[in-house]
Amino acid sequence: MKPRSSGSVVRLAAPLRALAQRFSFLLLVLASIALMMVGKIESLSVDTARARVTDAFSPILDAISRPAATAARVIESAVEVQNAFEENQRLKAENARLLQWRQAALRLEAENASLRTLLRATPEPAVNFIAARVIATPGSSFVRTLVVTAGRRDGVKKGQAALAGAGLIGRVIEVGEWSSRVLLLTDISARVPVVLESSRQRAVLAGDNSDQAKLLYLPPDSPVQVGDRVVTSGHGGLFPPGLLVGVVTSASERGGVRVLPSADLSRVEHLRLVDFGLPGTEFDSSPEWK
Amino acid sequence: MTTTFWQRLDKAGRNLAPFAVTVMLVLIGLIRLPVPSYAPIAPDLTLISVYYWTIHRPDLMRPGVAFLLGLLQDLLIGGPLGVNALMLVVTQWAVVNQRRLFLASTFLLLWIGFALVMIGAAFLEWLAFSALNATILPFKPALFQGLLTVAMFPALGWLLIRVHRAFLNG
Repeated sequence: MKPRSSGSVVRLAAPLRALAQRFSFLLLVLASIALMMVGKIESLSVDTARARVTDAFSPILDAISRPAATAARVIESAVEVQNAFEENQRLKAENARLLQWRQAALRLEAENASLRTLLRATPEPAVNFIAARVIATPGSSFVRTLVVTAGRRDGVKKGQAALAGAGLIGRVIEVGEWSSRVLLLTDISARVPVVLESSRQRAVLAGDNSDQAKLLYLPPDSPVQVGDRVVTSGHGGLFPPGLLVGVVTSASERGGVRVLPSADLSRVEHLRLVDFGLPGTEFDSSPEWK
Repeated sequence: MTTTFWQRLDKAGRNLAPFAVTVMLVLIGLIRLPVPSYAPIAPDLTLISVYYWTIHRPDLMRPGVAFLLGLLQDLLIGGPLGVNALMLVVTQWAVVNQRRLFLASTFLLLWIGFALVMIGAAFLEWLAFSALNATILPFKPALFQGLLTVAMFPALGWLLIRVHRAFLNG
C-alpha cells in the first residue's frame, strides 16, 4: 500500500502517516460515537457550539432562502388565481361570521376589564413580540427544528414560545447572536403541558416526528372528541395558559389521541417569538424538556 | 519542483472544490420549500457528493473530510452530534474499499451502487436515532428520504461531473 504523494504535500514521516491512515476510519467512527455521547451529557456546551456555527452560516442561509421562497410564492399564487372566485365567496361568508364574533369579543373584553377593576386583579404581564423569518428547515427524517433570523441582540431567550398564525408551534432551544433555533411541537423530544379546552382534562403533548403530535397521560376513560381544541395549560411555567396548540383529529383505543397543530408547520414563513415575562421562564436543561 | 507559489495556490484552491461543493450542498439541503411533508424526506445531497468524490477523487475526499462535513451537517440540522458524521465516514470507507469496481462500471451500475449505499446509510441513521432516543422509531421517513435521494442522483451527478471537469481536469 503506497501512499499517493500529491505533489505539494510535504512529506511527513511516512510510516506515521500510513498508520494514521489505516486507523483513521476506526478513529473517526469512535469519534462520532463519542460525540453522540458527549451531546447527550454535555448538551449545554454542544448547544453553544451549535449556536455559534448556525450564526456563522445564517447570512448565507438567509440569502439562499429568499429566492426559494419567492419561487414558491409565484407558483402558489398561480394556483390561487385558479380558485379565486370560490375562495372569495368563502371568505365573504367567513368575514360576516367573524364580524359577529368581533362584537362579542369587544363586549367581553370591556366586561372583563370592568370586572377586573372591581376585583383589583393584577394585570397580566406585558407581552413582547419578536418577529422573525424562517431561514432554514433541516432536511432530516428524525429532527423537526427551524432556524430563524432573530437572536440574542433582538432579545430572544431560551425557552420563549414560538407562535405562528393562531397558535403555538414550538419553543426556542438555542440562541445565537443573530439567529436562533426553534424546536417544533412535532419533534420527538418536544413535550408541552396542555389541557383539553372543553373538558379541562390535562395531558402532555408529545411529538413523534410525524405531522401530528400525540397526547400522553390521558386517563383511559376521559371524554375526548375529534375536533376538541387543545391549549397550553401553563404548567411548568414555560408557556402561559390558554395558547392554542391544535385540534384533536383522531381519538381511538389503539392509535391514541392525535393532535394536528393549528399552524401548518411546513409552511411557516414568519413567526413571533414571545416573551411572556412569566416568572420562572429561565430555562434549565432538565431532562423533561430535552 | 518548478511550481511557483501562485501555481501552488491555484492547485490548492482547485483541490478545495469537492469540499466547497459539498458544504454548499449541506446549505442547500437546509432550504425550506413550502411543500407539505417535504422537510422529513428532503434528499440527502451531501451523501451523493461524498459518494461521487470518493469514487473519483479519493485523495480529496478523505475520511477526515467526510467527518468534518458530517459534523457541519449535524451542527446545522440541530440533531444529535455525530450521526451524520458517522454516516459519511462509513459511506466513505465502504465506497473507497470498492472503488475499483465503481470506477470500471457504467453509470447505471454507479446508480445501483449508490442505492445500496443509501440503504446502508438510511439504516445507520435510523439505528443511531433510535438508540439515542431509546425507542424504535418508524423507518419509513428514512426510507422515503432514501428513495428521493436515489431519484436525485442522476441530476446531481451530472452537476458534479461539470464541477469536476471545470476545476480538476487541468
